[in-house]
Amino acid sequence: MDVKEIIKDENLVYKKTSLMTSNVLSYCPGCGHGTAHRIIMETLDEMGLQSQTIGVAPVGCSVLAYDFMNIDMIQAAHGRAPAVATGVKRTRPDKFVFTYQGDGDLAAIGTAETIHACNRGENITIVFINNGIYGMTGGQMAPTTLEGMKTATSPYGRNLRSMGNPLKITELIAQLPGTYYVSRQAVHTPSAVRKAKKAIRLAFEIQKENKGLSFVEIVSNCNSGWKLPPVKANQWMVDNMFPFYPLGDIKVDGQLVNAQ
Amino acid sequence: MGELKLMKGNEAIAEAAIRAGVDAYFGYPITPQSEVLEYLMQEQPEERTGMVVLQAESELAAINMVYGAASTGKKVMTTSSSPGISLYQEGISYIAGAELPCVIANVVRGGPGLGTIQPSQADYFQATKGGGHGDYKLYVLAPASVQEMADFVEDGFNIAYKYRNPVMILTDGMIGQMMEKVELKDQKPRWTDEEIKKMSDSWATIGKGNHRERNIITSLDLDSAKQEKHNHHLQKKYRQMEEEDVRFEEINCDDADYLIVAYGSSSRIAMKTLNLARAKGIRVGLFRPITLYPFPMKALNKYIGQVKGILSVEMSAGQLIEDIMLAVECKINVQHFGRYGGMIHSPDEVLQALETLINGGNNGR
Repeated sequence: MDVKEIIKDENLVYKKTSLMTSNVLSYCPGCGHGTAHRIIMETLDEMGLQSQTIGVAPVGCSVLAYDFMNIDMIQAAHGRAPAVATGVKRTRPDKFVFTYQGDGDLAAIGTAETIHACNRGENITIVFINNGIYGMTGGQMAPTTLEGMKTATSPYGRNLRSMGNPLKITELIAQLPGTYYVSRQAVHTPSAVRKAKKAIRLAFEIQKENKGLSFVEIVSNCNSGWKLPPVKANQWMVDNMFPFYPLGDIKVDGQLVNAQ
Repeated sequence: MGELKLMKGNEAIAEAAIRAGVDAYFGYPITPQSEVLEYLMQEQPEERTGMVVLQAESELAAINMVYGAASTGKKVMTTSSSPGISLYQEGISYIAGAELPCVIANVVRGGPGLGTIQPSQADYFQATKGGGHGDYKLYVLAPASVQEMADFVEDGFNIAYKYRNPVMILTDGMIGQMMEKVELKDQKPRWTDEEIKKMSDSWATIGKGNHRERNIITSLDLDSAKQEKHNHHLQKKYRQMEEEDVRFEEINCDDADYLIVAYGSSSRIAMKTLNLARAKGIRVGLFRPITLYPFPMKALNKYIGQVKGILSVEMSAGQLIEDIMLAVECKINVQHFGRYGGMIHSPDEVLQALETLINGGNNGR
């Protein structure tokens, strides 16, 4: 069968959303960022929100997210995305506002902005990519780096006594009254992608209903920073990251899941 | 004639912001400017005009809220004082790089470090030479009265939107805390979203419609050749400011043998010195820069050949003096006088320094 015979409308099962640009992704092969970008843009497309959406990009690997997301976007200083998003949403409450941040950005330098935006219950959505490392700057230790994990600045492994503990920022912000929906997902398998997209959709719907801050963490890999081939990196993530950062909803309808 | 009120400088700037149709104010308490946020919270501008007022968790957050709101074409403003303005610098650099309009007031207090809460003019370099990282300039207005505190809010926004550049009102604890008569302008309506779209749809992040490409607010360009081009564009704006928007005031300068150059609070004190000196027969004039950047270089340069000496009077160890020396190409004897660290000079002290200069003495610099 000729290729031309296959490329027909009736055979189309999947296509790139027009909310992703055609620019070549700058992420490493195997990285989760591309998939995370795609499911956010697909969801905005499905909800018909392109003309109302303002995204806020962080500092980190996704600093150039605006090259790939076909929406109006603001590039924020390191860690300040939740404050920037607050400025947008407070003056444009009718707009749809989300931040896209990595672990160094959100849980180290921007901890104060994260906690206070969550605590004020800003009507925004935060998408948090947690790969336990600073990817952009070459694989240094992040606030979420696991115990014993080797990075460029913890070459002998993270020592809890001298380097502190990995920070479960998502569990922390789930405690705050301003957060309405908090979930932790991953994008390493087709079923995980579907679940993550469902969480993103719910988070965006909550913002549409002005119910408070919605927060979706995506535990992701960093095969370059972890110095593993993509498939092994995903396996390492399942074996090491998921036990410490378990997947699933943490807060739903303003109530903690598994609350005692 | 507008409404007359007796107000503190800090209150006047807040009331003027509401009346100028400002969309949002983000701030964080710090002495000696906390009255701005307090006044706004008391006045409930959300009810009066729909203006948003929010107390941020830090100065870092406040300036980034400004960055966000300004990105959507809204008129946004913040105020702080020296240590807080130091924390603003990261955000101000991004705002300048991303070419966003906004007005920032610095009610200066003595430093360095936590310093003191008393008035000072020691943030002149920070305000006029950039302040944060990179090659950029703020348009800097220096009010010398409570009236100008109020007036410069609207003037500031006009410039901010003319150039898409941050504007700083550089004042100090004296003018911020001082009560004076002020004539307030009538309430201006806030811009509607339709008006903003008409004005700013080419750059503001207000949602990508089918009629245009996406708008991106960023100061990043990893391609250095493009970043250099962007810097050329910024520099062109600053040159235009220097040509078109310099402001200054000259008092008794026509027949002057000597000049006092001073801005803000120091110019108020120098006014008294001027009267004392003139009574003694000293022909001295007061040259008051109103814009500190762009500095009135040409206006001051024309005094070469006319005046024998210039006394730069400033509540700092000598910052303004460097721009004066540049302006007069070091062809006039320029000396600095000023108290600092929160101390305020008296008119008599300034007169004494002027007489030292006239008598061929040296004021230490």
